[in-house]
Amino acid sequence: MAKKDAPPRWDRKMQQRLARGEAAALGELYDRFASLVHGLAHRVLGDERAADGITREVFVHVWEHPESYDPNQGPLRTWVAGLTHRLAVQRLRDTGAAALARGGPGTAEELEHRVRHASVAARADYIVQSMPAPLRAALELAYFQRRDYRQAAADIGITEEEARRRLRLGLQLLSTAHDAASPGAPPGYGGAA
Amino acid sequence: MSGTDGSEAYDGDDAHDDHAGRAPEGPRANGGGGPDHPHRPPRIPTPRTSVEDGGLPLPAVPDREQGEDVQGMRENLRESLRQDLDRLGELAGTVSPAPEPAHPVLKSLLGAWALAACSAEETAAVEAHLGACGTCADEARRLREAVGLLQRPDSLDLDPGLRTRVLERCLERRPPRIPVPEWALAYDAETARLDALLQDFGDSEWHAPVRLRWFGDEGARNRRTTVAGVIAHLLAVDGLVAAALGLDDPLEEGDAPAPPQERTERYWRDAHFPPTRSVRGPWREQTHAVVRTVSFTQGTGLLGVSYGGFELPLRDALVDRAFECWVHAEDIADAVDYPYEPPAPRHLRGMIELAVRMLPGALAQRRRAGLAAPGGESRHLVAAGRPGRSVRLEIEGRGGGEWLVPLDSPAAVGSAEHQVAHVALDDVEFCRLAAGHVSPREAAAGQAGDQGAIGDVLSAVASLSRL
Repeated sequence: MAKKDAPPRWDRKMQQRLARGEAAALGELYDRFASLVHGLAHRVLGDERAADGITREVFVHVWEHPESYDPNQGPLRTWVAGLTHRLAVQRLRDTGAAALARGGPGTAEELEHRVRHASVAARADYIVQSMPAPLRAALELAYFQRRDYRQAAADIGITEEEARRRLRLGLQLLSTAHDAASPGAPPGYGGAA
Repeated sequence: MSGTDGSEAYDGDDAHDDHAGRAPEGPRANGGGGPDHPHRPPRIPTPRTSVEDGGLPLPAVPDREQGEDVQGMRENLRESLRQDLDRLGELAGTVSPAPEPAHPVLKSLLGAWALAACSAEETAAVEAHLGACGTCADEARRLREAVGLLQRPDSLDLDPGLRTRVLERCLERRPPRIPVPEWALAYDAETARLDALLQDFGDSEWHAPVRLRWFGDEGARNRRTTVAGVIAHLLAVDGLVAAALGLDDPLEEGDAPAPPQERTERYWRDAHFPPTRSVRGPWREQTHAVVRTVSFTQGTGLLGVSYGGFELPLRDALVDRAFECWVHAEDIADAVDYPYEPPAPRHLRGMIELAVRMLPGALAQRRRAGLAAPGGESRHLVAAGRPGRSVRLEIEGRGGGEWLVPLDSPAAVGSAEHQVAHVALDDVEFCRLAAGHVSPREAAAGQAGDQGAIGDVLSAVASLSRL
């Protein structure tokens, strides 16, 4: 369950505290975003240790360069997700290219395809986590728990029309994961509010 | 909107429709082949179940240009709603009762259809419609592809050690101007570990029964609560530290702070309802606020924190709270059948060291209460600062160490020459004893020497526990 988006005030304050060199702020930042960062990195790289590495890089970057986040450009969460995405995709491409250079199997084209696929998958995860909870809950019931929309409506306690609406809107949001699938996608990472 | 049934009207509210201009052509639900695309091959992606179960390829990824469509889809919801409603009005005026659901209803079903979450009749109706309606077929394909993007979140329990490693790395690269004091690090780490454990708890976990155990003067005690009740307990007792730091106290207290158990009982009682998951936020906010605040009060680790009956310096109070946090995290983990590791060795050592320092006082208190042996023939009053009868306490493991605990007075100094017994136990076992989770008699301890002295020491360790 993703936490509800924090108010911008929190973001601004956090940036100031990081800039001031407050170690406690770094801990709070980690507590809020580590599972997001690690989850996205893992989705792109498919490897626990590589995801640990990206997590370290992301927090080191934010701690060393807190000024590179501009609260006027959007939520800190979105920015952190974008940074993670960029670093993870870069890592995937670099390790893949290095393997090719060593004479590993596959072609540059296949590598690019793999990178794009991983990138879309990670963005889709982010969209699901960031979409309004009611939409996520409806998708969860219909997809993972295999409830039809009438059952889902009854489970949630909404009308059937509303259940249909949520499923459709949720998938519409999710489908935007294909957009801007090029690397360096942010700003506006993931599209979903 | 007259003549339109409620569900259709309702349904339009997020509908995207970029073919409103074709609307006046009327319904196509029962037509074979849409007039716009008479020769188009069926563009209908197969329902998800059959794709996956049948091993057929998923539909190809659409051209990138479609991205703009979707952007428009999201931006123009309001506009398209209006258009849809207009269309509905027109339809309502022109349509004779159709055997099949109207376009807006079918469109509203696309999400459920893509997820294979509608009835067989609806599925058939939608699929018939997709052969006729290009817009719906486009959307259907997009939504079907979106379903392919739904993935179970990799249910990764973040390695709790990762937090420490990442933070240390950061602080190496850029040393903090305002560090977290050394003595608050265990509290910071343990609260983070517990919070991570709570992360994925559903209601059933939050309400799982927990039996809190401790060792009172009367022996083993216990109290039933739930996982949420345990967090409420931590919130209430951490509030003692918060109050000492001038932060908001979760309990509205009078002048003198009440002891931990009383605070907890009062907090549970005053809540009127049994605690729920909603307690997690305030608990976590308070732990963060405590760590933040002590960082700005460097050098005031000696500030006194009142526990009601006694007082601890802030630096010890935070080690004590870290210990309690771990102990209760383990209670919670047991209750929901999750594994939970002991703290990092250096944090564990700090906790053990504090407990050992508190032992002479605990021994004296038990003696005053008539629970420990009074001075006998071989025992003598010891002047402050002088060596006295001692028990060698050897704690094994990475969090351990070795101490000489003076038996007869908190003011005495432990002395190897006056050693009357030797007790050895494992670091985690010692902590379980200090938490009241094993009884002094059950504790797996290697013993040599004066059995009475050993019994007094082990009981004094257990007496450090409380609710």
